Amino acid sequence: MSTDKTENTQAKPPFDLERMLRRYLKEVRHSMVLGMELKQVSPEGVLVRLPYSDKIVGNPETGVIHGGAITSLMDQACGLAVAVALAPEFDITPTIDLRIDYMRPAEPGKDVFAFVEAYRKTRQVVFTRGIAFHEDRNRPIAHCVANFTRMGLNKTPWSNNTPKQEGEA
Amino acid sequence: MSLKDTLAQCRAADDYSALVSAVPYAKLLGIGCIKTGDEVIFTLPALRDNIGNPTLPAIHGGVLGGFIEHSAILQVIMAMEEPHFPKVVDLSLDYLSAGHFRDSFAECRILRMGRRLANVSVLVWQTSKNEPVASARAHLLLS
Repeated sequence: MSTDKTENTQAKPPFDLERMLRRYLKEVRHSMVLGMELKQVSPEGVLVRLPYSDKIVGNPETGVIHGGAITSLMDQACGLAVAVALAPEFDITPTIDLRIDYMRPAEPGKDVFAFVEAYRKTRQVVFTRGIAFHEDRNRPIAHCVANFTRMGLNKTPWSNNTPKQEGEA
Repeated sequence: MSLKDTLAQCRAADDYSALVSAVPYAKLLGIGCIKTGDEVIFTLPALRDNIGNPTLPAIHGGVLGGFIEHSAILQVIMAMEEPHFPKVVDLSLDYLSAGHFRDSFAECRILRMGRRLANVSVLVWQTSKNEPVASARAHLLLS
């Protein structure tokens, strides 16, 4: 895990990153439709909750939720992890690619949690990985890796003109 | 109605809307399908609830992922002799350009369908197939 990320979250002037991210997430309409909620932000990663609901059922015969809803959860959580890694800078960071492995079916009626970390950050790319699970992180439902590109626009809802971080790529 | 009966009905009527609406998540996204001769094109209408980035605005990356995954599932179900829901093992999504707030289309190619596994390649576009928005590969477990 990169050390500058830790420095970033402690950078000045201080601001409430978690509150900013919550506000940002509220703007993402589809994530709100699915009822996603940012539970926790730390230098290690973000924790996002996807509540169970009938409208995201993928198999009407079993009540198991659709993998697509989990993909949305992972994509969203990865995007938030990127924002954490770049903070207090802000950038537009489109997803380059996302790979998801479904390791066991989700259980009907249960909420799904995503824990995602940005494990590498360069000038142009942020690499993220994470898992989805119900209660136990050691029994993941899905595993995902997603890479994001930095547009370098420094378009800054939470701007404080912090100098650009030095990356290797 | 069982999936098998639904599919039999869809095949007879040459209209797969009943199969699509059997799945709540597909209804949420508004997924549809159009028959073009013997082939099928899946559709994702521009719905406000599918928006991710509000400023562009753009379709949520996860919605495109869900659309792709469900298209692959439907394509495989249509190819089954004994239709049932396949299990998606993995999905690899490449985002090629921003999915703008307009209708999207997907075409699936089953590259291989064995007894246990299917490999499906999916292409998503909006205005022209020559300018794809996303491309993907999925493995589905059939039994």
